Amino acid sequence: MIRHPMRNWLPLGLAALLSVTTPGLARAGADPADWEAVTAEARGQTVYWNAWGGADNVNAFIDWIGQQAQDQYAVTLEHVKLSDTAEAVSRVLAEKGAGKDEGGAIDLVWINGENFASMKRQGLLFGPWSEDLPNWQLTDPAANTALTADFTVPTEGLESPWGMAQLVFYHDTARLPEPPRSMAALSDWAAPNPGRFTYPQPPDFLGSTFLKQALIELTPDPDALSHPVDEADYAAATAPFWDWLDGLTPNLWRQGKAYPQTAQRMIQLMADNEIDIGFEFNPNAASNAIANFQLPDTVRSFVLEGGSLGNASFVAIPYNANAKAGAMVIANLLLSPEAQARMASPDELGFGTVLAMDRLSDAQVRLFDEIPVGIATLTPEELGPTLPEPHPSWMVKLEEDWTARYGVAR
Amino acid sequence: MARSLTRAAPALTLLALLGPVAAGLAGTIAPAFGLLPALGGSEITLTPFRELLGWPGLPRAVFLSLFTGLAATMLALALTLLICAGWQGTRAFAALERALSPLLSVPHAAAAFGLAFLIAPSGWIARALALPLGWEQPPDLLILQDPRGLSLIAGLVVKEMPFLLLMTLAALPALRPAQSLATAQALGYGRVTAWAKVIMPRLYAQIRLPVYAVLAFSVSVVDVAMILGPGTPPPLAVQVLKWMNDPDLALRFRAAAGALLLLALTIAALLLWRGGEIAARRLSARWLVSGGRGHAEPLLRGLGLGLGALSAALVLLGLAGMAVWSLAGLWHFPELLPQGWTLRSWMRHGPDLLALFGRTMLIAATASGVAMVLTTACLEAEQRFGLRPGTRALWLLYLPLLVPQIAFLPGLQVAALLAGLDGTLAAVIAVHVVFVLPYAFLSLSDPYRALDPRYAAVAHALGKGPSATFWRVRLPMLLRPWLTAAAVSAAVSVGQYLPTLLIGGGRVPTLTTEALALASGGDRRVIGVTALAQTGAAFLPFALALLIPALAWRNRRGMRHG
Repeated sequence: MIRHPMRNWLPLGLAALLSVTTPGLARAGADPADWEAVTAEARGQTVYWNAWGGADNVNAFIDWIGQQAQDQYAVTLEHVKLSDTAEAVSRVLAEKGAGKDEGGAIDLVWINGENFASMKRQGLLFGPWSEDLPNWQLTDPAANTALTADFTVPTEGLESPWGMAQLVFYHDTARLPEPPRSMAALSDWAAPNPGRFTYPQPPDFLGSTFLKQALIELTPDPDALSHPVDEADYAAATAPFWDWLDGLTPNLWRQGKAYPQTAQRMIQLMADNEIDIGFEFNPNAASNAIANFQLPDTVRSFVLEGGSLGNASFVAIPYNANAKAGAMVIANLLLSPEAQARMASPDELGFGTVLAMDRLSDAQVRLFDEIPVGIATLTPEELGPTLPEPHPSWMVKLEEDWTARYGVAR
Repeated sequence: MARSLTRAAPALTLLALLGPVAAGLAGTIAPAFGLLPALGGSEITLTPFRELLGWPGLPRAVFLSLFTGLAATMLALALTLLICAGWQGTRAFAALERALSPLLSVPHAAAAFGLAFLIAPSGWIARALALPLGWEQPPDLLILQDPRGLSLIAGLVVKEMPFLLLMTLAALPALRPAQSLATAQALGYGRVTAWAKVIMPRLYAQIRLPVYAVLAFSVSVVDVAMILGPGTPPPLAVQVLKWMNDPDLALRFRAAAGALLLLALTIAALLLWRGGEIAARRLSARWLVSGGRGHAEPLLRGLGLGLGALSAALVLLGLAGMAVWSLAGLWHFPELLPQGWTLRSWMRHGPDLLALFGRTMLIAATASGVAMVLTTACLEAEQRFGLRPGTRALWLLYLPLLVPQIAFLPGLQVAALLAGLDGTLAAVIAVHVVFVLPYAFLSLSDPYRALDPRYAAVAHALGKGPSATFWRVRLPMLLRPWLTAAAVSAAVSVGQYLPTLLIGGGRVPTLTTEALALASGGDRRVIGVTALAQTGAAFLPFALALLIPALAWRNRRGMRHG
């Protein structure tokens, strides 16, 4: 009975999917090297920026950028609020599948390392363009390698950085005055304090980051992590890590039978006194949560001994974006000292700046000197060294193994 | 003109429903067999299915989907029938009815968040216990996300029971339950037993399709399962969505294969249910005529009322919890109420949400308007031309409710892109019609058919043609059920998330897409604000459905209770 109407539709649907698309060379319109032409073309464009919309302060900052873009360049910015960046990737993929190689719905996307690697591999990104932005000159990619490699995948001008993030832990000093400061100490602390620690369920980004952080501390030869996983002795490199995790798991929140699904859930668990230690990839997360009444003002941040994982946040332009010039204007605006200083303020986002202070004028440096420090935000010195990310293949393998060991078997 | 349109209505309606589902399914079947040129998939292969079968969590995920779906449907149906059997026609029933019908408008995610805050180890119930028991920390108990999915089942039952109850109430009048009950009770049968023996068998045939819709929904639900369901592994629908959203684009193939498996599971669940129906009929055949007058009547009646009230209380208390959160300053465990109150969350998000309210209402009004016109035209065609849809046509009508959304929406997005319709308000409204229409038909068809044909005969006798009979007799008499059906449809439209996002390309934001984006930040204050805003939007049409007849009939005493 279903067959009859479907007979008419099936060929159409299949033809749609089978129609082989040949994306034209994705460099339409203004040449990013000719900045005047870019701003001229951008004038009057509407840029749809697809960015996660789950945080008030991020949304407010994007609003502010939109105001600047309107005032300075007559570019209209529309924030398309996503609950997951993958929604944007799906969109571009669907457009490519339908042969919509220009006039796409997304002009700019706040992207993370995994999605970047994936979109780059599939040829879904426009560029190169980011190193032609005028404000790129204010960064120092030689000193900050996180600007040119996202999860160790070279950015090659396909995405532009706008903020530095680092893995930072937080604890309530009223409940836990001295938190453990290494993975080994964490496990030792969890044994007499069962149920008071957890991490987001991989492959959630922050959950996987936690696994990588632990692997870096526990693996016998950390250098092996910078190469693809199949070039290393995976079993030997990860054995101490799995032993450690096997020991920790029964002492986790809910004995490891359930995990919070997202990073954001951990702040709520902390507020509900279900756990004693949480962590975030934004050094300012605890201060933000205090300002939002989510956490008490006795919460403080800390980092592990030996440094913690960090990387940059990027924006990218899909290959079929409709307003590429406008998108570049926004990306450049994000790199301006004014926007960077605003972003770095704990009252706004509290992300670290991607700019190099020695490339700024005195007046521009002053913008950063005036930034207040949040009550639970660590200073750059306290944040300590940033550890380089392992090669992305490690994360894929860790996530697979984690799922097989803890994610589906209980 | 109008005549030929009415005649064509059933065909048009089916086309509006089946076209998108079929196009979307085609777009899922192709990648499941390896065809997805955008990702370099150009030849037919079974690899996606092989990978799917190789995923270690598959057996448990499949079991969970089936178990939670079947259990939730069974419990929701049993509870609905128990309430009706014990109390239908009484004053307590009227009160329960009033309490339950608005619950239909509470969006699933909002109800789930509310329930989660009630039953979590650090939730309201635990907080009420913490003070007398002296707890400083919440107990480390696995209540939410339990591996058997019991919380998920509870969440589904409290949300689906009001829907089944509403459908039952719509179907009951045609069965003239009062007369049947009186006869059976005169023969000495207990109330519940009498109801079960003389009304339920006839009633079930009337509400079978809504029950199937509940079953299919429960097997493939995503939002409620993400909030209340287990995660290690999750039910299959959640896992498919995770694969679909995975940065590793190669997993799209596996996701498509998983979506087809989910479709197969839904069909399997329906077949299992059908088998259960047949078995129940065989097994009950002797009991029906054995002459047992029933026992445990007070117990069953008490159970029905108690569980019905509990179910309503859980949703309402959950909403109250969300309301308190939306106004909460600092609020920590084990405090029963916040330390401070603030309007900040409302000031921050209220204006944005208010602005989106207008568009959400426009979409809901247009989509449910189109659906109601098509439904009314179909039903009118039945009356005038005897074009009564067979059981098969009805099945087709329910297809959008029976096919899991994630099995055809991504494919539908591609189809909309090809047609150049995506990202427009019109396309979003059109896709909403697909999901709204079955509910419109579900809600309106029984009252429409139950209307005594002698009214029309009298109108004809008074010299009125079919048109005048429709506009001046049938429609006014059906005003209340018509508006209720429109309200159900509008509420369904308000709650649509995935279709709005996928077909709208993010450029047609509604209250619901915004609410979910904001809620992804996990802050209960924001979730409280958005859940209440969403509930308000879905509730407004119900309020209008109550208000309009009261206003329209203020001078027609005879119409007020019709």
